[in-house]
Amino acid sequence: MADYSASELMCVHSARLLKDHDRVLVGVGIPNLACNLALRTHAPNLQMIYEAGVIGSRPSRLPLSIGDPTLVSGAAGVCSMYDLFTFYLQRGNVDVGFLGGAQIDKFGNINATVIGEYAHPKTRLPGSGGSQEIAAWADRCYIMTPHQKRRFPEKVDFATSAGYLSGRTQREATGVRGRGPLVIVTDLGILEPDESGELTLTALHPGATVEKVRENTGWDLRVRQDLRVTEPPTKKELRILREELDPEGIHLKGGG
Amino acid sequence: MTKICSLKEAVQHTVRDGDLVYCAGFTHLIPFAAGHEIIRQGRKNLTLARATPDLIYDQMVAAGCAKKVIFSYMGNPGVGSLRIVRAAVEAGQLEWEEYSHFGMISRLQAGATGLPFIPMKQTAASDLERNNPNIKRVKDPYGGKDVIVVPPLNPDVAIIHVQRCDPRGNAHIWGILGEQKEAAFAAKRVIVTAEEIVEESVIRSDPNRTLIPEFIVTAVCHVPHASHPSYTQGYYDRDNAFYLAWDKISESPDAVRIWLDEWVYGLPDRDAYWKKLGPEVHKRLKISPRLAAPVDYGNY
Repeated sequence: MADYSASELMCVHSARLLKDHDRVLVGVGIPNLACNLALRTHAPNLQMIYEAGVIGSRPSRLPLSIGDPTLVSGAAGVCSMYDLFTFYLQRGNVDVGFLGGAQIDKFGNINATVIGEYAHPKTRLPGSGGSQEIAAWADRCYIMTPHQKRRFPEKVDFATSAGYLSGRTQREATGVRGRGPLVIVTDLGILEPDESGELTLTALHPGATVEKVRENTGWDLRVRQDLRVTEPPTKKELRILREELDPEGIHLKGGG
Repeated sequence: MTKICSLKEAVQHTVRDGDLVYCAGFTHLIPFAAGHEIIRQGRKNLTLARATPDLIYDQMVAAGCAKKVIFSYMGNPGVGSLRIVRAAVEAGQLEWEEYSHFGMISRLQAGATGLPFIPMKQTAASDLERNNPNIKRVKDPYGGKDVIVVPPLNPDVAIIHVQRCDPRGNAHIWGILGEQKEAAFAAKRVIVTAEEIVEESVIRSDPNRTLIPEFIVTAVCHVPHASHPSYTQGYYDRDNAFYLAWDKISESPDAVRIWLDEWVYGLPDRDAYWKKLGPEVHKRLKISPRLAAPVDYGNY
């Protein structure tokens, strides 16, 4: 048995996607942890931007919400939300966005709005928040989610934010500047879009199998020929997560 | 002219049944004291607009104040679901109107700047646009791609909590600025609650920090600790423990009723609420200072 939780695994692999000097629009929950982990490991110059309007944040504790006061004290700047979404995101000053949702489909479209019919919701979810625009305008988007069949339907009930729509050319035709969801990190492996924008399995985490991944995916998932096995979390990464970032295990205890 | 009055008086004179109310603040400076006063005064049929309804609207919906919510993220930030608003929406008991954050604050920006609409670039995600007739698509008159537009939002009342304010209503805010200024300028009437009421000279010593000018303010109320369990930057911390606790309380309608009786109906005002929280909570939320370097405006 691995000595780390599914959430820790996803968090570590998400953190590794970030480059030093990336300008990241940080989301709530595990993405928040992943960015703070990258900042404390390989990306000390990461520019953490929060949709509340905080630029270049240096939080000294793990913020539970993305509007926590620790994000502001010691930050490089603060602006209004309108300024954040216009000067920063719409203008093209955000390199990376993290996204999540209840459903992610074959083309990386995300549903964070509703299960069932919009006007008569079976399950009402929180809705877009910043994600509709982040998915469109951040240069690179990453998604983190536990790998479960209900979370990976062939088509989402409601497209809160755009992946590749019904294929990459369809997204490109809308003129959005972002390159879309480039990596989906799950607790079983990593999915990436092929040339058509369809998500394919490109890596397995240690111990996971192609069969298990395919069983937990709602469409006939294709497997890349050069399938990799990921490097497990290091002791250092786990220590920072457990001791510095989430000592009470609020985000990392469970399976995501 | 002073606009100082009690929060009770401000709500009595400024918030009417059926109003569109915007309690401003993105996580920071959420005006809980005013929300509780609106509950105590039994306001009905309100349309409650906020980017994030947060616990304040969960509580106001639970107390029966609302007929509709307008929002862009209906969750308990960092915790999970906003159970009461969600249940009311799922049961068809509460009307709703929904945007992305950018759509929501663009509506306020249009309202605050006197524009008939505001354009936004396309996002490629069009399901919300299909379900909300307020979100429209228009041709770029300069020949580019079509743009998405939203109409102004002009609340009847905006409620803004601030760090400090003079008796006329000139208000200083620092920390997360959210949509405070936009909500205030968009609204027809504005209630400001302040941690501190200061002399006009304090405001004039640092004019760059004034987000809200006196001439758009209707009432000024001195209400320390008005944003708990949200926070006021530099004054007290966010009560994350309460946000987690509310997740449990709000699972049960009985527990919510008991909570409202104990913490809202059973108390006269925010001072009593803060006292009732007790010294342990006060200690937990206390923060140490971290001062900015002073700026020199120069003596001209």
